[in-house]
Amino acid sequence: MEKISKDWRNDIYDVFKDIGISLVSHIPDAGHTPLINLCEKDNNIDVVTLTTEEEGVGLSCGAWAGGKKSALLMQSSGVGNCINALALPNICRIPFLTIVSMRGEWGEFIPWQVPMGLGTPKVLEAMDVKIFRVDYKDEVGETVNAAANFAFNTRKSAAVLLSQKMIGAKQFKNG
Amino acid sequence: MIIRRDFVNRLLEDRKDNLRVVSGIGTSTWDLMSTGDEKNNFGFIGAMGQALPFALGLSIAQPDKKILLITGDGDTLMSLGSLATIANHPVSNLTVIVLDNESYVETGSQPTATAGKTNLELIAKGSGIENTYTIYERTDDYKVLKTIYEEDGPSLIVVKCKAENTPLIFPHSFDGVTAINRFKDTM
Repeated sequence: MEKISKDWRNDIYDVFKDIGISLVSHIPDAGHTPLINLCEKDNNIDVVTLTTEEEGVGLSCGAWAGGKKSALLMQSSGVGNCINALALPNICRIPFLTIVSMRGEWGEFIPWQVPMGLGTPKVLEAMDVKIFRVDYKDEVGETVNAAANFAFNTRKSAAVLLSQKMIGAKQFKNG
Repeated sequence: MIIRRDFVNRLLEDRKDNLRVVSGIGTSTWDLMSTGDEKNNFGFIGAMGQALPFALGLSIAQPDKKILLITGDGDTLMSLGSLATIANHPVSNLTVIVLDNESYVETGSQPTATAGKTNLELIAKGSGIENTYTIYERTDDYKVLKTIYEEDGPSLIVVKCKAENTPLIFPHSFDGVTAINRFKDTM
């Protein structure tokens, strides 16, 4: 039977449930909003709104030490905030999973988003985070699943980069 | 003036089995390790600013344990936002002790913001952490123990202590994997 098409955020949510994610932290991004809403409605997922993305790294690591699997949702601009924090999962081999909505790469209207958009893959690679990029909606579920399994099975850091073309570029009108 | 190492040793000398202790980068970790080689401890040696959110994540994951974070004013100043995150995601089992010596002692005793106009207890209070206080004398030890084991958190206690270099007492291993595995196995 063919799978009925649904919002790709539901596919991420389904993977979270499947692998037992019970803590989700975020600095919100419009691309993540439907997923955040799904998690907030779920009594078995704790949702923590952060003040800066780097907090999500330490939070995830502490939760894992306590036996809880978690994921950090953020926009590409937040990746830069996480650099030194990423030393923690790296040196302790703590599984770390983040889902990053990309800005500054396709149809971007705000030039201020471009530097960190371009820098995101380089920064992650510099800190030994394995990148799983996804450009097509029907590949979101399998990509998040692959990244989560990589992180939790090999005790490494993994980032899913959701391409801006897939999410749809935010557009603003002046006036 | 409180001597930080004596204070930490007193707090942990009759520790209960349900207590897990995390320490922030620098002297706080040497203080914690001076209490003995204990599986129920995890000390940061890097990733400055990450001890507060780590302790929050641990507290969420282990609601039946008492979680104590012992850290310094420098580490806390680097993650002030985490005080707001902790306050708004209340965890009743978390106590944060800030050993505030108003100084980056390990790097040459440069003054921190708390040597100037900054008050960490007021910041914590303003962030929404309701149970906060500052102690200046060891006569308040009993009060701190009561907060850790009996009171509903999250709590934050500022311990004004003497700025002095103390002997470096290292964890049983500098290897993060060894340290976190041992700590995780106690959960």
